[in-house]
Amino acid sequence: MKEYFQNIWYGLFTVFVGMKVTFKHLFVPSVTIQYPDVNIKLPERERNRLYVNMDDCIGCDQCSRACPVSCIEIETVKCIPGEDLGKTSNGKKKALWVTKFNIDIAKCCFCQLCVFPCPTECIYMTDVFEYSEYERQNLVYDFVTLSPVEIEEKKLNYAKLEAEKAAQKAAAAAAPPPAKPDAKAEDKQ
Amino acid sequence: MIIYDLLIKFVNWLQSFFVQNPSVLLSDVLAMIISAALPLIFVLTFVLWAVLAERKVSAWMQDRVGPNRTGPHGILQTVADLVKLLQKEDIVASENDKPLFNLAPVLVFSGAYMAFAIIPFSFAYIGSNIDLGLIFFVAASGFVTAGILMAGWASNNKYSLLGAMRSAAQIISYEIPTLLVLVTIIMITGTTNLRTLSEMQTGFFWNWMIFGGPGLSAAKFLFIPFMFIGFIILYISTLAEVNRTPFDIPEAESELVSGFHTEYSGMKFAMFFLSEYANMFAVSALVSAVFLGGYQSPFGYIGNLLHITWLVPIEQFFWFAFKGIFFVLVQMWLRWTLPRLRVDQLMALCWKYLIPIAFVNLIIVGLITVL
Amino acid sequence: MAIKTEEMVLNMGPQHPSTHGVLRLELVLEGEIIQKVTPHIGYLHRCFEKHCEAMTYPQIVPYTDRMDYLAAMGNEFGYAVAVEKLLGLELPPRVEYIRVIMAELQRIASHLVAIGTYGADIGAMTPFLFAFRDREVVLNLFEITCGARMLYNYIWPGGLSHDLHPDFVRLAREFCVYFKPKIVEMNNLLSTNRIFIERTANVGVLPLETAINYGITGPMLRGSGFKWDIRKDDPYSVYDKFDFDIPVGTGKHGTVGDCWDRYDVRIREMEESVKIIEQALDQLPEGNVTSAIPKRIKPVVGSVYARVENPRGELGYFIMSNGTTSPYRIKVRGPSFVNLGIMDVLCKNHMVADVIAILGSVDIVLGEVDR
Repeated sequence: MKEYFQNIWYGLFTVFVGMKVTFKHLFVPSVTIQYPDVNIKLPERERNRLYVNMDDCIGCDQCSRACPVSCIEIETVKCIPGEDLGKTSNGKKKALWVTKFNIDIAKCCFCQLCVFPCPTECIYMTDVFEYSEYERQNLVYDFVTLSPVEIEEKKLNYAKLEAEKAAQKAAAAAAPPPAKPDAKAEDKQ
Repeated sequence: MIIYDLLIKFVNWLQSFFVQNPSVLLSDVLAMIISAALPLIFVLTFVLWAVLAERKVSAWMQDRVGPNRTGPHGILQTVADLVKLLQKEDIVASENDKPLFNLAPVLVFSGAYMAFAIIPFSFAYIGSNIDLGLIFFVAASGFVTAGILMAGWASNNKYSLLGAMRSAAQIISYEIPTLLVLVTIIMITGTTNLRTLSEMQTGFFWNWMIFGGPGLSAAKFLFIPFMFIGFIILYISTLAEVNRTPFDIPEAESELVSGFHTEYSGMKFAMFFLSEYANMFAVSALVSAVFLGGYQSPFGYIGNLLHITWLVPIEQFFWFAFKGIFFVLVQMWLRWTLPRLRVDQLMALCWKYLIPIAFVNLIIVGLITVL
Repeated sequence: MAIKTEEMVLNMGPQHPSTHGVLRLELVLEGEIIQKVTPHIGYLHRCFEKHCEAMTYPQIVPYTDRMDYLAAMGNEFGYAVAVEKLLGLELPPRVEYIRVIMAELQRIASHLVAIGTYGADIGAMTPFLFAFRDREVVLNLFEITCGARMLYNYIWPGGLSHDLHPDFVRLAREFCVYFKPKIVEMNNLLSTNRIFIERTANVGVLPLETAINYGITGPMLRGSGFKWDIRKDDPYSVYDKFDFDIPVGTGKHGTVGDCWDRYDVRIREMEESVKIIEQALDQLPEGNVTSAIPKRIKPVVGSVYARVENPRGELGYFIMSNGTTSPYRIKVRGPSFVNLGIMDVLCKNHMVADVIAILGSVDIVLGEVDR
C-alpha cells in the first residue's frame, strides 16, 4: 500500500524534475551555427580536399604508394640531358617531367597518409569541403601543369633519347672491338 | 447567442436581395452552416500556428533554433508544409481496403472537429448549446477510435495494425478516468452544459472550479485538494486520448515507424496531422472550461470597467484562446521531456492508478456535496 | 472449438529508425510477446579482414577506424598495441599518455551516442540532442589535434601522426569542467525519470552465468555485476598508472543485469573517464611522439593477439605475419558481434517495445558487427 503511494509520488516528482530541466533550457541561447550565413574558421590541421603544388613535385611516387585506396595516379617521363626543370622550393633539383597526376577525390578517404611521405611537402590537405560537382568525372582532379602538346613533346624527346641510346648500344655491339693493348700502352705513357 | 442572432440577421439581409419575404427556415439552416464553419476557421488558424510552435518550442528546449528560413522566424513553415503535402502523390497500395483506407482520415478529423461543437468560445458563441455537452465530448472522442482502427486495418501493414490496436485499447481505457472526473464536476455543478458551467465561474479566479467553485462556503474550501487531483487526472487522461507523449504508443516513431499512419501520404496524412492538433486544442479547451473558468477572465473585464459592453465577448474570446494555448504548450513541453510508456504500463497506469483515484475522488466529493 | 492463433513473423527490417544501423531482426511474435529473435547481419560487410592482406601495415590504420566508427580511437589503439607487440617496440611515455587521453575522450563520445540514442529510442528526444551537443565539444578537441572529427588515422603503430595542438591541454581541462554538470543534468532528465525506469528496469535481465558463457564483455558484462575491465585486469599502455574505479551494475531499480543497469554503467563510466583524463593531463610528460615510428613495418614471422577495452567491450586483434610488409591474416574480435548473439536469450517473453530497449542497451555498431 505504501509502495503504491510512493510510486505515485515518485512518478510525479521525477516528471516535474525533468520538466524543470527542459524549462531552463528554453532560455539557454541556441548552439546552432547558421551555416551558409556564418562560416566558422576551421582548425589549421583540418583534413579536407587535397591540393598539389606542382612546382614542387619531383615525381617520386611516394604519395601514390602510401595511399590505401589507390586514388592517386602518377606517370612521369625522364628528362633528356641538358634540360633544366628548375628546383623545388626547398632546394631539390627536379629530374622528372610529371605527365600525369590524377587524384580521384571521390575515392579519397581523407586519411592524410599521402602528406607525410612527400619530401617537398607539395601535397597537402586544405580546408575546402564545398566542392560538389554535378558530373562524377569532374571529381577526378588533374594537377599537371604541362599542356597535352608539351606532354607529347616530352614523351617524344624521351623516346628519341632511348632510341638513340639503343642505337648506340647496338652500334657498339656490332662494331669490331678496338685494339685493347694499344690503348692500354697509350694510357700508361 | 449573440453571434447566432447576428448570423441570422446577416442571412436575412442577404436573402432580401433575392426574395421579398426571407424564408425563416432557409436563414436558420444557412446560419447554422456558417456557425458550424466558424470553429473551422479558428482550428485552421490554430494549426497554422501550432505546427510551427511545436517545432520552435522543441528547438528552444534542445538548444537549437528551429525553422527560421521560411519567412522571418519561420512563420510560413506550416504553409510550406501544406504545399509540400498537397503536391505529394497519394499512394494507395493495391492490397489496401480502399473504402476504409480513404474514409479513415475523414472520420478522424470529423471526430476531432465534432468536439468543437460544444466548446464555448465566449459568451457570444457556442457551436451548439445542447444540454449534454460533456457527454457529447466523450462520445466524439470515441468516434476518433473508429477512424484509427480503420486506418490501421486498411493499411494492410503489420506495424499499422499493431499501432491501431494499441491506440484503440488506449483511448477506450482512458475515457473512463475522464468520465469519472467529469461526473465529479457534474455532481458539484449539476449541469453538463459547458456554457452554463463557464457562466457559473464568473467573477474572479477564486470562483473557478479548481478552487472549489463559485460562492463562498465551507464546502468550497474542502473541495480544493480534490479539485486539484481531479484536474491532474483529467489532464493526464486527455493527454492519453489525443495520443501525445508519454502516451504516443500508436505513433511511436522509433518503434513502429509512425504506427497507424505509416501508409498514408500527401493530403490524407495532412488530415491526420491536422486532426491531432485540433484534438490537442479541443482537450485543452475542455480542461480549461471545466476547471479553469473557460472564457472567464481571472481579473474582471476591461470592457466592464470602461462600460464598453461589446468589448466583453471579445475579451472573453481572448482569454479562452490564451488558456487553450497555454495548455497546448504544456502538452508540447511534456512531449519533449518524457520518454514513452510501454503499452501494458499505459494500461496499468490507467486501470491501477487513475481509475481508483478518480473513483475515490468522486465518492469523497459526493459525500461533501451531500453533507 | 478453440480459435487457432498463429505466430506472427515481424521483420524489424534493415531499414528501421531504431536498429542502430542495417540490422535485420526477425521476430516471431505471439500477440505482443516475443517467442524468438533471429538477427540477420552482413548488410555492412566490407571485407575488412581480406582487404588487409593486400595493404601494408600503416595503410591499414584508416580501415580500422571504419569498423567501429563511433569509437575510432579505440580501434586504432588496439591495432597499434597489436602491431607493437609483434614488433617488440618501446614507446616514448608521452605517446602512451596521449593515447590514453584520446581513448578516454573517445569513450565519453561513444557513450554519449549510446545514451542519447537510447533515450531517443525510448521516446525522450531531448537527451539525444543534449548528448550530441556535448559530443561536439569532444569532436572539436579531436579536430584541432588531427584534423578529422570521426575517422582519425591518428594512432599509428609506433606513435602518433601529430603531436598535441598547443591549445589542447587547456581546452581538454575546460571540457572536463564543462562536462561534469552535464552528466548531472542527464541524470535528472533521463536516468532517474520514473517512466524511463519503468521501461528499462527488469527488462532484458542478463544473468552473470549466461553472460560469461556467451563471451559478453564491456558494459554489458559489468552491468550484470561482474567487475571485469581489461584496463585493470590485463593492463596495456599506461592504464596501471591511473586511479579509477570500475562501475558495475547494482540492480538499484530492478534486478542486477537489466537494461537500466547497463545504461547506468555507461553513465558512470563517463565520470570515470573524466577522472582518467584529468590525471593524464596532470601527468603528461614531454617528448617526441613520432620518434619511434618505424620507417618500414616488416615484422618477423609470427602471430600475436592483443586486446583493448573499447567502449563496447573487448576488442581483440589477431595478427599473423609472414615476414612481409603486409599481414598474412588479421582477425578482429569485434565486441558488438559477440554481444549481438545474446539477443535471443534476452528478448524471450518480452514485448516488441522491449526489443528496442534491449537492443539499445546492447549498444551495437553494425560496422563492427559486419566489418
